[in-house]
Amino acid sequence: MARMTMIEAIRDAHTVAMERDDDVVVLGEDVGYFGGVFRCTAGLQKRFGVERCFDTPISELGIVGTAIGMAAYGLKPVAEIQFADYMYPGYDQIVSEAARLRYRSAGEFTCPLVIRMPTGGGIFGAQTHSQSPEALFTHVAGLKTVVPSNPRDAKGLLLAAIADPDPVIFLEPKRLYNGPFDGHFDRPSVPWSKHPAGEVETDYFEVPLGKAAVVREGSAATLITYGTMVHVALAAVEESGEDIEVIDLRTLLPLDLDTITASVGKTGRCIVLHEATLTSGYGAEIVALVQRDCFYSLEAPVLRVAGWDTPYPHAQEWDYFPGPDRVKRAIATVLEG
Amino acid sequence: MATRKTTKKPNVSAEELLSYYRDMLLIRRFEEKAGQLYGMGLIGGFCHLYIGQEAVVVGLEAATKDGDKRVTSYRDHGHMLACGMDPNGVMAELTGREGGYSKGKGGSMHMFSKEKHFYGGHGIVGAQVPIGAGLAFSDKYKGNDNVTFTYFGDGAANQGQVAETYNMAQLWDLPVVFVIENNQYAMGTSVKRATKSPDFWERGAAYGIAGEAVDGMDVLAVKEAGEKAVAHCRAGKGPYILEVMTYRYRGHSMSDPAKYRTREEVQKMREERDPIEQVRGLLLTGDHATEDQLKEIDKEIKTIVNASADFAKESPEPALDELWTDIYAAEIPQEVN
Repeated sequence: MARMTMIEAIRDAHTVAMERDDDVVVLGEDVGYFGGVFRCTAGLQKRFGVERCFDTPISELGIVGTAIGMAAYGLKPVAEIQFADYMYPGYDQIVSEAARLRYRSAGEFTCPLVIRMPTGGGIFGAQTHSQSPEALFTHVAGLKTVVPSNPRDAKGLLLAAIADPDPVIFLEPKRLYNGPFDGHFDRPSVPWSKHPAGEVETDYFEVPLGKAAVVREGSAATLITYGTMVHVALAAVEESGEDIEVIDLRTLLPLDLDTITASVGKTGRCIVLHEATLTSGYGAEIVALVQRDCFYSLEAPVLRVAGWDTPYPHAQEWDYFPGPDRVKRAIATVLEG
Repeated sequence: MATRKTTKKPNVSAEELLSYYRDMLLIRRFEEKAGQLYGMGLIGGFCHLYIGQEAVVVGLEAATKDGDKRVTSYRDHGHMLACGMDPNGVMAELTGREGGYSKGKGGSMHMFSKEKHFYGGHGIVGAQVPIGAGLAFSDKYKGNDNVTFTYFGDGAANQGQVAETYNMAQLWDLPVVFVIENNQYAMGTSVKRATKSPDFWERGAAYGIAGEAVDGMDVLAVKEAGEKAVAHCRAGKGPYILEVMTYRYRGHSMSDPAKYRTREEVQKMREERDPIEQVRGLLLTGDHATEDQLKEIDKEIKTIVNASADFAKESPEPALDELWTDIYAAEIPQEVN
């Protein structure tokens, strides 16, 4: 075991995967010589050579498209898109090619590709460095979508994603890279070195895709979330003094519906929380499933707390961001209902 | 590198030289102040300084007439100041205040001015390139002789949308000058690590587009090349590519320590090629100005820049309701959770 930040855990996952399998290659903007703008690939080029960890031009379509070709013929590429907000030129390749290669070739060709992208806000990045586009991926059949919330999960999920035979979108909440940010922007973050999930196995291990984690047990209501919002949810629950169960989904697709229904079946009340904008957000999917599968257990309408339906603003970020106060208001409402 | 050089004794008036000196100095001092405000925490998130590249926009603005348009990337403060936008409004946008050009909602990378025909800073690498061609299309459609200056960097030059745009611009004979500000580094990746075709202007030949490279540290050379490019476009001969060889002294953004190049490399450029020092030298050696006159200009610029910083500190944050405006022409009632 070793103490790691989320950056170090992601770097370690790359290292372990590249050591185990010569077919794992790492590509993206600034990932090689420079080691990545967030340092997630620092040292890989030096250690594994420029053939296995290499820089690309600023060409997202090219990065994704060539990685699909590599994956279709025997390699296991791990591509980095520098910010999820830069993904759109590559989206065509992700949707039309990566997600569908298996289906359209009746299983003859596959695309074991991982595309990593730093996601989310809380860093004053405004509209082109703060977005949370996970619903754009979960809406596409053929893709798997993962959002870790801590260093240990980040390493174990990334290793599972690399081992997975299908294309996986791996969204890394950039606000969590150096510590478990709980939405209290006016207080210093606790570093990962003081958090239990900063303790990470140094060898190979997988956190299986499609398994949620109950990060806090409770009986009064269920709060379902992922990524940065896991820590916001925990802070809000502590401050509310209510006995709320908090579920960290970890993988959005495949979804661990059993953990959700077991919890809501027990509590009868449910809130879904995400940073992405509300309308047609991933929370809508959860709400639909909860009302279908837990209808007779529900004692109050299922609520959503999410980013407002505006472009991500430069000013007033902390009002836009669904922080602990908004979550506490929802907790009060769902318990009254 | 086939860059255009000016003669040792430039045919230029004292008045002109003084105006270039003043405009470049304004950009430099403004950017230094922005760097300070960033360090003080008054500007958050992303802030890309233009220091070192001043001769590019100042030289090219000298080749424009009223009605000409400009559109650029996220390193946009210099372009806005050079086309006459108010330093107060630019600085207040950086601090996310109501008095900013986008009322604080856009931030450093996203500002616009209809009055000055400035069609934005754009945060996504290369996204402004096809937009610039579209602006030129409108001018051509309307039958005027305006030209659009579409600025992008050496990094963006490798984006797929640039290739598509070249083809369309030449196909439709659009009056657009593609200005490639080649500052040698795409974030942390140098030109030679991103392409084997490093003379970016020569790529135009594949589409039949005329172009050339120019010394971007020499404002007079830039102006001369700009005049030639503009004349080409106004004569209805279609687009033109100007590759301007320049250099940024600071990191890619405020959070970039620029460890991918040596201190000596930067120092050498500052000492030997600085665009402002070059003009200062011409002014003094040509007896166009005295040290005292230049000191007076320095003082004026300092006053303007300090005033912009004061304005940017004093202007209030936009009201929360402001986040919900300007999403659609008519507001659509939306849920606030």
